[in-house]
Amino acid sequence: MDQILSLAAENLLSPIILFFVLGFAAAYAKSDLTVPEAVAKAMSLYLLFAIGFKGGASVASHGVDTTLILSLVAGVALSFVLPLVAFALLRVMSGLDVTNAAAVAAHYGSISIVTFVAGTSVLDSAGLAGEGFMVAVAAAMEAPAILAALWLIARYGDKSNSEEMDGELLREILLNGSIVLLIGSFLIGAITGADGLARIESFIVAPFQGVLCLFLLDMGLVAGRGLRSAAGVLRPGLLAFGIVMPLVGSLFGLAAGMLIGLSAGGVALFMVLSASASYIAVPAAMRVALPEANPSIYLTLSLGVTFPFNLTLGIPIYLAIARTVTGG
Amino acid sequence: MQTHKAKRVEIIIESMMERRLTEALRKADVTGYTILPVKGGSGRSGEWSRAGQVSRAGGMLAVVCIIKPDRLDALLDAAFAVVERHIGVVSVTDCEVLRAERF
Repeated sequence: MDQILSLAAENLLSPIILFFVLGFAAAYAKSDLTVPEAVAKAMSLYLLFAIGFKGGASVASHGVDTTLILSLVAGVALSFVLPLVAFALLRVMSGLDVTNAAAVAAHYGSISIVTFVAGTSVLDSAGLAGEGFMVAVAAAMEAPAILAALWLIARYGDKSNSEEMDGELLREILLNGSIVLLIGSFLIGAITGADGLARIESFIVAPFQGVLCLFLLDMGLVAGRGLRSAAGVLRPGLLAFGIVMPLVGSLFGLAAGMLIGLSAGGVALFMVLSASASYIAVPAAMRVALPEANPSIYLTLSLGVTFPFNLTLGIPIYLAIARTVTGG
Repeated sequence: MQTHKAKRVEIIIESMMERRLTEALRKADVTGYTILPVKGGSGRSGEWSRAGQVSRAGGMLAVVCIIKPDRLDALLDAAFAVVERHIGVVSVTDCEVLRAERF
C-alpha cells in the first residue's frame, strides 16, 4: 500500500499530470485556452510515430520470439473478451439499454494510446521498461472490441440500431489512421533498428516529454469541456463503472502478462492497456456502426472519467501490483 | 445580368459520414459539391467544438450542392438515405446562379 501511495504521489506531481490538470481546470473554469484542432492532430501523429518507432527499434535489438506472438494473441483475445465483461457490468451497474451499453463496452475493450504513452513515461520514471513489442499489442487491441460490440448488438439488441458490417466499415476500422501510423512506425523501427533510431533520436526522444505535456494539456481541456457539458448524462452507476471497469480490466491484463511471462514493466503495460478506454478510434467507428448510441455517454465516460482516473491513480496502482506480483 | 433559378442544398453531417455521403451523391449524378469545415455549434446534445479534438467522432462538416430544381428530389433521396439515422441537418434554399449550364 505504501508503494502505491508513494508512486501515486510521485505521479501526481509529474509535469504530464499537472499539465492535464491545468487543462481540465481551465476548461472547467471556462477559460478561452484552446489548442487548435490541427495542432492537436499533429501532436497525436508525433506521439504515435515516436512510440511506434521506439517500440520497433527495441524489438529489432531484442529479436522476435514466442513471447511476442503470445502477447499479440492475448491482446486480441482480451480486446474481444473485455467488452463482454464491460457489457455485463454496465447492465448490472447502470441499467443502460443494450445499444448504449454495447457502444460503451467497445470503448473499454479497445485501448487509449495516450494512456499507454503515459504508462511508459511512468515506467521510465520508476526505472522500468516494458517489452518494446507492447506497442504492437496496443495496435492489435484497437479494433477487435468494435466487432465484439457489434456481436453484442446482434445477440442481445435491436439489429435495426446498428449498421451492417460492410467492407467500407471494416476498412475504416482496420485502416484507422492511428493504427496505420503506429504499426507503420513500429515496422520501420524494427527494420532500421538501433541505427535508424540513432538518426532520428534527437527528434523522437528528447522532445517527447515536452510534446506529451502539451498534448495532455489539450486532453485536459477536451475532457474538462466534455465533462462540463455532458455531466448530466453520467448517473452514479455509470460514474462508478468508469472507475471499476479499468480496475477489473487491469486484472485481466495482469493475468495475461503473468501467463505469458512478461517482465514487471511488460505486465504493468498490459494492465494499462486492458484498463484503458478508447476515445479516438472506437468513438469514430461507433458513430458509423451504432448511430443510435449516445456519444455523450461513451465519450464523457471514456475521456472524462476513466482517462483521468488511469492517468492519476490507475497507472501507479497497476505498476505497484505488477511489481509486487512479479517481484520486479 | 441574366441569372437562373437553382436550389442550394446544405447538408450538415458527421465527419465520419463524409465518404458515404459523397459516394451517394455521385451515384445520384450529383458531381458538383463543396465540403466546408465546421468549427462547432450547439444542438440537441448540447454545445460542441472541434478545438483540440483528435478523433473525427465529434466532428461535423457541411456539404453544399447547387443544382437545377428538377434534380432536387434525386439528390434529397440519395442524401437522406445516408443521413437519416445520423446527427445532422439538411436544408434547401432557393438561389440564383449566373451560368446555368454548369449545374
